[in-house]
Amino acid sequence: MTTALKSAPKNPPAQISADTLPASGAWATDARADAAGRLADMGLPTRRDEYWKWTKPDSLISAQPDPAEAFDYGSEAPIFDPIDRVKIVFVDGVFDADASDPLDGEGLEIERLADAAARDIHWAKDLYGVLEARGQTPVVRPLAAYNTAMATDGVVIRVTGQVNRPVSIIYRHEDDTSDAVLHHVIRVEEGAKLTLLENGAAAARFSDVTEVDVADGGEFHHIRAQGRCHDRQAITHMFARLAAASVFKSFTMTVNGKLTRNECVLELLGDEGVAHVAGAALGDGADDEFHHDDTVFVTHDAVACESRQVFKKVLKNGAKGVFQGKILVKADAQKTDGYQKSQSLLLDEDASFQAKPELEIYADDVICSHGSTSGAIDEDALFYLRSRGVPPHIATDLLVLAFLADAIEEIEDDVIADEVTARLDGWLARHRG
Amino acid sequence: MLEIKNLHVELEEEEKKILKGVDLSVPAGAVHAIMGPNGSGKSTLAYVLSGRDGYDVTEGAAMLEGKDLLDMEPEERAAVGLFLAFQYPVEIPGVGNMTFLRTAVNAQRKARGQDEMSAADFLKFVRAKAKELDINADMLKRPVNVGFSGGEKKRNEILQMAMLEPKMCVLDETDSGLDVDAMKLVSDGVNALRDAGRSFLVITHYQRLLDHIKPDVVHIMADGRIVKSGGPELALEVETNGYADILAEMEVEA
Repeated sequence: MTTALKSAPKNPPAQISADTLPASGAWATDARADAAGRLADMGLPTRRDEYWKWTKPDSLISAQPDPAEAFDYGSEAPIFDPIDRVKIVFVDGVFDADASDPLDGEGLEIERLADAAARDIHWAKDLYGVLEARGQTPVVRPLAAYNTAMATDGVVIRVTGQVNRPVSIIYRHEDDTSDAVLHHVIRVEEGAKLTLLENGAAAARFSDVTEVDVADGGEFHHIRAQGRCHDRQAITHMFARLAAASVFKSFTMTVNGKLTRNECVLELLGDEGVAHVAGAALGDGADDEFHHDDTVFVTHDAVACESRQVFKKVLKNGAKGVFQGKILVKADAQKTDGYQKSQSLLLDEDASFQAKPELEIYADDVICSHGSTSGAIDEDALFYLRSRGVPPHIATDLLVLAFLADAIEEIEDDVIADEVTARLDGWLARHRG
Repeated sequence: MLEIKNLHVELEEEEKKILKGVDLSVPAGAVHAIMGPNGSGKSTLAYVLSGRDGYDVTEGAAMLEGKDLLDMEPEERAAVGLFLAFQYPVEIPGVGNMTFLRTAVNAQRKARGQDEMSAADFLKFVRAKAKELDINADMLKRPVNVGFSGGEKKRNEILQMAMLEPKMCVLDETDSGLDVDAMKLVSDGVNALRDAGRSFLVITHYQRLLDHIKPDVVHIMADGRIVKSGGPELALEVETNGYADILAEMEVEA
């Protein structure tokens, strides 16, 4: 089948054409062609786009990635190491079967995207590129469409019951110039529950799209750690569609990274759904650039749903933070309870934080609010601690962790929360002064 | 224990002279009280001793067991045995009281070359001390001073003092905001810590606290100086007659 780009793309991406779309089965080929068409219509992002004015897309769309040195863990155990989990390993964006656990059992169906895409019929057909396409309105996300068209690997996961162990996607980055496009599709069936862990940098530069569909009463918990790779450039998208009484909770820890943009697009389509998205980012611009962008869009389109956005950033030495968060409450979404918090702690005068909190509400019986703040360490609290004999670096670390606490509290599992806290603490210890 | 000599202090920002030559000597094991009208410099003295930013020492010295306090960072002053019970204890959202106490105790032990206390030993230690001050498990779990009543905050100060076992305790208006029962509890906590190797400097507006914590010496501070010193009877005299008579006698402008 041939794939023609629609006419007159305003800013055609050089890398993409009908010839270059990855080979797939029929349904996936259609989905890729559709995405390529949408991308051609919308064009690649530029700084003139409203939601790209604070984050330069250049290094995400250049023909070649900027090289990024792979991080050598040495004797350090990667995060989540002590946790019993089903491991799925990607090396420079390619699934590594030998390093991964067997992909079956425990109320779970896991397949490699390429295998699912090679089939003529697959449940993922109804989700792959579908949730991404839904998430293009009202704000376009061209890099997500690019990902749907071009993704070369990923996993599709269907959860049918209570899964005892978290599924853990581990990204390893070994090649300094690798460029990965990964796409995952997750379906949590009625009443089922999944915890997904992600850690590591997928490549020197990577694009990662995850589409999550949670059926009635299903639960999806996501804890992601982006760290330990200083020069990486990353764009991630999470598109989630939530049915009645379902639960979605996603937390991302980001430390280091030249450029990270995490977009999260959530749609509450069933009554009494719960959607929480949270992030804790720590950036030190002293030795490497640090630019971190959280762009979130939550749509309430059902009655009595709850949404939370809790984003915290700790920035120093020229590190830059961006938050763009919106809650859209449609006219029928009465009894909505939506809250958005974006706060930055600027540890010096060189760090900067830009925030664009937005509420757009068409229902009349809702509770919705947002709070965005930028501040420094509380000098009174610092002195109080020092007067008790606590040295300033330890006191500062304690106050930074305290600042991050309500984002970390969004992680339900205490063991995972402790693991994340320990990593944040370790980062603080390495970045004192 | 504590030797303050001719201490002159200005506010850093506005060049306002607050302390104008304070001389004070508190021997080991003694309890001294400082009373004085508002604005006489009592709290400034407490803050300067503990090393708070915002003050310039223009003249004079303050020594703790012969060590120059003014040359030290706040945490070093704590490590050599100085403790300030704050008039307004600071709330620290997000930091559990227990974490705060353990961090403080272990930081000081480390500074003194001792091993850190194990989690189990610490728990035993803090529970015993908390019980004496009627501090329940909930107060230990909550973030430092957040949502504490005035009395709870002051009891929490004394708990910290009991756990850190300082040599020189400065109590800055620890009685303010306390009802009669809380005052008794706090005073009992302080009295339990009195010993031959530990000294106290109790700053207060009212004689009432000194009924519970009996001072050896009472100083009257006015206009940035100690203008009169005497026994406990001096506090009673203030309670009966106010400061006006004493200040007039000493020819100090209040």
